[in-house]
Amino acid sequence: MTNSIACVDKAQAFLVIGSNTTENHPIIGDRVKRAVTQRGAGLVVIDPRRIELAEYANVFLQVKPGHNIPVILGMMHVILKEGLHAPDYIAERCEGFEEFAASLEAHSPEKVQQITGVDADLIRKAARVYAGAKPASILYAMGVTQHTQGTDAVKCLANLAMLTGNVGVEGGGVNPLRGQNNVQGACDMGGLPNVVTGYQKVGDDEAMAKFDEAWGRKVPREPGLTVTEMGHAALEGKIRALYVMGENPMITDPDLHHIEKALETLNFLVVQDIFLTETAAKADVVLPACSFAEKDGTFTNTERKVQRVRAALAPRGECKPDWQIVQELSTKMGYPMSYAHPREIFEEIASLTPSYAGIDYDRIEREGIPWPCPDRDHPGTPVLHVERFARGKGLFQVVEYKGPAEEADDEYPLILTTGREHPHYHSGSMTRRCGRINDCFPEGFLEMHPADAERLGLHTGDGVRVASRRGEITTKVKVVDRPAPGTVFLSFHYSESPVNVLTNPATCPVAKIPEYKVTAVRVEKA
Amino acid sequence: MINVTIDGVRVEVPKGATILEAAQEAGIRIPTLCYLKKLSPIGSCRMCVVEVEGCTKPVTACDTPAGDGMVVTTDSEELREMRRDVLRLLLVRHPLDCPVCDKGGECDLQDLVYEFGVTAESYRTEPFERDVPRYVSPFIRQWPDRCVLCGRCVRACKEVKGVGCIQIVDNGFYSYIGPVPGVECISCGECLSVCPVGALTDSVHPTKARIWQAERVPTTCGYCGVGCQLELNVLNGEVIRVTTTDFDRAPNFGSLCVKGRFGWEFVNHPDRLEKPLVRKDGELKEATWDEALGLVARKLQEIKDEHGADAVGGLSSARCTNEENYLFQKFMRAVIGTNNVDHCARL
Repeated sequence: MTNSIACVDKAQAFLVIGSNTTENHPIIGDRVKRAVTQRGAGLVVIDPRRIELAEYANVFLQVKPGHNIPVILGMMHVILKEGLHAPDYIAERCEGFEEFAASLEAHSPEKVQQITGVDADLIRKAARVYAGAKPASILYAMGVTQHTQGTDAVKCLANLAMLTGNVGVEGGGVNPLRGQNNVQGACDMGGLPNVVTGYQKVGDDEAMAKFDEAWGRKVPREPGLTVTEMGHAALEGKIRALYVMGENPMITDPDLHHIEKALETLNFLVVQDIFLTETAAKADVVLPACSFAEKDGTFTNTERKVQRVRAALAPRGECKPDWQIVQELSTKMGYPMSYAHPREIFEEIASLTPSYAGIDYDRIEREGIPWPCPDRDHPGTPVLHVERFARGKGLFQVVEYKGPAEEADDEYPLILTTGREHPHYHSGSMTRRCGRINDCFPEGFLEMHPADAERLGLHTGDGVRVASRRGEITTKVKVVDRPAPGTVFLSFHYSESPVNVLTNPATCPVAKIPEYKVTAVRVEKA
Repeated sequence: MINVTIDGVRVEVPKGATILEAAQEAGIRIPTLCYLKKLSPIGSCRMCVVEVEGCTKPVTACDTPAGDGMVVTTDSEELREMRRDVLRLLLVRHPLDCPVCDKGGECDLQDLVYEFGVTAESYRTEPFERDVPRYVSPFIRQWPDRCVLCGRCVRACKEVKGVGCIQIVDNGFYSYIGPVPGVECISCGECLSVCPVGALTDSVHPTKARIWQAERVPTTCGYCGVGCQLELNVLNGEVIRVTTTDFDRAPNFGSLCVKGRFGWEFVNHPDRLEKPLVRKDGELKEATWDEALGLVARKLQEIKDEHGADAVGGLSSARCTNEENYLFQKFMRAVIGTNNVDHCARL
């Protein structure tokens, strides 16, 4: 997030797009609801489903999956035409505006309506709600990014926030809500093929020289492969061994049949986890790790705040915390590591990472600190880009809409979109093993609009076969008017109905994120 | 700003502040029960009665705005007797069953009864029904006889969570907290966390512990990216419940969702791996750490030597700590010698 969670309390208007906030980030969802009901803040919701926040919205734009970009372009067209933009802010703080402004000319609400079916007047109204109040905050999640044009959609949102002078402002911002406890931290720590800690590029010789010296080994300068690329590389025989720590790609990756083949092709698979997950079951060696309740360390939350995690239990059985397993393996491979406690690892991180340099365990004993925090006297940075953008001037980027990789046709006439349900979490390896939660929420349903259900002769509770161009699964149908006609929804928590057998592995060329949100499917009574 | 004098202490507070807030500013405690900072005050329990110069009757401090020049007395024998009466009347319905109550030891009513020296159930009536139909959430057990009808749960559900699935049903002595027809509970446990007594208790784990027996370890929730602060309650090496007792801690200020509050059972689950496993003759068999790590080290080295470092890939984890992610990528880059390291940020 460019801004803090507390900033939600200061926003006068919200654009919530591709985020089912009340189910997936409930504590932030609560704050948005309070802002709307108790302070009268404006709310625009853009989503393929009539999610709970839609009931609170001034304007709800029910888009078809894959149609975010034209709708945002249409809103920006209106903002510019109606003079709702922030010319002084743009002139002072941004660049590339003229070319960008010219590119909006083609995206009148009527034009957008032709492409998306979203009513032109609703687009106008949405533009006025978002741009008519200051500050205004954009909240988004995987509904924006899990598309072949995900990066372009994020650029669109950045353009929208700059156009209205909402970046670097308390209560404003472009705020991705991150779905996993430490996905922010895993990125910050260099769990990515092109950067080490603090997003220092592996190709940057100067930055890497520091790591070469600190680690006593030369760090390779060529970026590595992303998770989706590793799958392909395994099938081509280029990746022979895979070491997986706390991930379950056998449920969470797109086109599972493909991943299964890739894992089976490997010469050697090591999985380190707390359960024998679907992925661990395929491994040559499984290493038992500690859960979050059994280890010390830090997580970095969606607002970049580094917070403490504390061991409440002794390791179970012979389990070890992940850091200790890596340390022992490293030592066995001739590179001795001897950290006594995660605190020592954190000190090393701080010494190599400018944005974490000022953080230590003592400072975050009671409350976390949001990075960047360059030195011990720095209070942390709740709002990014305050006086200037990280790159200097905020760059408007022209975005052209291309459409999703897959369209519905006669054979696969419905569009499936995926996500989470509030009681469960991700691949389900944790919440499906919480007795009470799983007793109350034991199975998933395919959400389908009554009009589609009637045409297919389906009723709530009926078993259905859902087939895409890549595979098929069975589940039960729930007839409900949350999705629009033509769109169906499934969550990915249930390994007995693994929705990612169906999803499309086509990725965004920049972010390499698969297009989970748009899959053409056929539904039949099972 | 306005000036208020509380028990002889002069304080300056913003216009609109309540007498209770002015007293807090002056460092003077007024007893409360239905009041909770994050909820709108309703002045219902009348524990916070105070005398205001010029007023004929005591007023409730939690919902009475302080006035400029107001002179307030928070403690007198008369006020204390009024508060005792409030407590005696609550005890008509609320049994003094503290020895068998989960909340015993951190119960606001227990503390107040003790503080004001109410040592008996002074008034008698037929006991209030304890067994009732299931509460709105299967994660919570309701004990209606212990309910003091402070309405904190009802306000929290509506004001903090925007749900509003519970209400005070019926009248007078027979009132109880019941469902609002047609509004679905999301089992977030906000009601449970704000109940000042043991009228709502966590029903997930069969093991109970006296408050002072279980250790509370403050930590960060392991589910979504909000990073809620919570306390794992541990007894005999097992998590038995999650609590939030610090309502001033960002980012969640004591609120959680169903996963954060009730989704900890996986930690104790029998499926947890407890020993390293190594595949032998096609099957995963238990092995020693030395055996397992030795095999991994050997295999990775072999593949690296034969096919180059880039023939090895690693997936670090959005579920693990920063320290573990750092170490993992350091291992891949410095020990294996490849940048083939990624995790599921995209998935």
